[in-house]
Amino acid sequence: MILVLLEHEAGAIAGGSIEALTFAGGLGVAMHGVAFGDGGKEALTAAGAHGVRSGVHVSIEGGYAPAAWAQALSDLVASSAPSAAIAAGTDRGNELLAHLGAKASVPFVANCVAAEPGEDGWSLTRQRWGGTLLEDARVRAPFTAMTVALHAVMPQPAGEPGAVDVEETSPAPAPEDVRVRATRVEAESTGAASLAEARFVVGGGRGVGSAEGFASLDALAAELQGAVGVSRAVTSAGWRPHAQQIGQTGERIAPDLYVACGISGASQHMVGCRGAKKLLVINSDRDAPILSKADYAVIGDLHEVVPAITAELSGRSGSA
Amino acid sequence: MNVLVCVKRVPATGSRITLTDDALHIDTKHLGFTISPHEECAVEEAVQLVEAHGGMSVVLTLGPEAAVEQLQAALAIGIERAILLESDPDDRDAVATADAIVDAVRAEEAAGTKFDVLLFGNESADSADYQVGIRVAHALGLPVVAGVKSLEARDGSLTARREIPGGAEVFDVPLPAVVTVKEGINLPRFASVPGRIKAKKKEIARRQPEASASMVETIRLRVPPEQQSEVQILGQGPDAAPAVVDLLERLGVVPR
Repeated sequence: MILVLLEHEAGAIAGGSIEALTFAGGLGVAMHGVAFGDGGKEALTAAGAHGVRSGVHVSIEGGYAPAAWAQALSDLVASSAPSAAIAAGTDRGNELLAHLGAKASVPFVANCVAAEPGEDGWSLTRQRWGGTLLEDARVRAPFTAMTVALHAVMPQPAGEPGAVDVEETSPAPAPEDVRVRATRVEAESTGAASLAEARFVVGGGRGVGSAEGFASLDALAAELQGAVGVSRAVTSAGWRPHAQQIGQTGERIAPDLYVACGISGASQHMVGCRGAKKLLVINSDRDAPILSKADYAVIGDLHEVVPAITAELSGRSGSA
Repeated sequence: MNVLVCVKRVPATGSRITLTDDALHIDTKHLGFTISPHEECAVEEAVQLVEAHGGMSVVLTLGPEAAVEQLQAALAIGIERAILLESDPDDRDAVATADAIVDAVRAEEAAGTKFDVLLFGNESADSADYQVGIRVAHALGLPVVAGVKSLEARDGSLTARREIPGGAEVFDVPLPAVVTVKEGINLPRFASVPGRIKAKKKEIARRQPEASASMVETIRLRVPPEQQSEVQILGQGPDAAPAVVDLLERLGVVPR
């Protein structure tokens, strides 16, 4: 049996966890779902359409406390002796399984893309360098915690709903496990689409040239109700806030279309946008490495091309 | 406030990585090396914490002799002294790496240096294990906050902020504590020439960590198959705008 951690938003299973369910479902081992907090029961019920037949809903009072949550996972590992715990390769998934690894003295392997059970442990393939490299590894242990790299597994849509046997538990955390607890959560105040979830993203790199140069990208993103993203060169220069960085040290995006302007295509950036369904490159350099990854390209100065696109868009919507 | 910051020496890769013949390492013949990006920010944060609150800072790395280059880069922007754990990081999984760091921290304590804050990067650029700082915290019985993008210290505690989908989470943590940071927490300063000269005179202590068995063994590295796509050129310059908007409409990204 394997434990599958379900992250959810008010009972709706998060995209990354659907990918984790797809990954776990392909291993040929029974899945036992684990969901925390309000809505966890609904998430487990929804997981019935992804092959989960049993699960546990964990309720721990108060805000998110990683060590307390990991202790609950550790207790489940001790009581049900699974061969693996699988979570999405999100910040939270990686954090919780790292705590589980430390608490239960078990190996934790992050950002897996393939797994195979063996006699004395798992054979795994995982991402290194944000996915620029793959590592085949063997784990010598009866139990392994693993996260599934984001956007590396094609999520299987929900199938026929199936009944899920849900157990309820409300453990009382030890004092040392709640020394770190989210004391408050701040909602973002901007109305702009979130970079990670935007369906349209326009990105700017060193070629934008200055903080002021982003005005035309902002205008295009606004016209298409999308988000602006940037390369590491841009945040290092202080032109835009780090929260807008796409890449290995920033956000992983998965829009329907990513328009990359004045970006050369360093792997640091490309691993952040590989989840995009289509890539349109606007670059004055026909030989920029990013062109080999593009679906579409416009060769030209982004400062001329981007405003022309925005003007064409508003012209068409005006005449419609 | 005494701050320990742990860093990793990694190759500065460009747009393509090539492997050694045994497929166990990156071919670094033509590559420079750097401190992994999140940890570069951890070093800057350590310097800022000591500037604001007094005390002293130490940088630690587990790596080959050549990693002195990364220790000196940290010393050049204001870290006071350095510890090199002489070991090949490729021979150690995350557990074995954490064990070696824990031993070094305990040895520092036994010699009279107690750390209030232990800083790590959230994950290294190369192996990206996401766990060394967290394992060190548990072994030392310390609280840990991961993925921090803003840190404030006052009256024996830390306020740490990190990004979550749609907003931010805030944690108040008692000291001593472990914090793993992400790039964006600050903009690391550049080393000055006098800073570089001073760094050469600062102390680098060397320790040989005990051998430690790894549970996770690398069989081989692979470069994933290139997703080469046939690029369709939509046009040159602003004249391409109508073709681009046709494409936007076709892909359904134009709001109705």
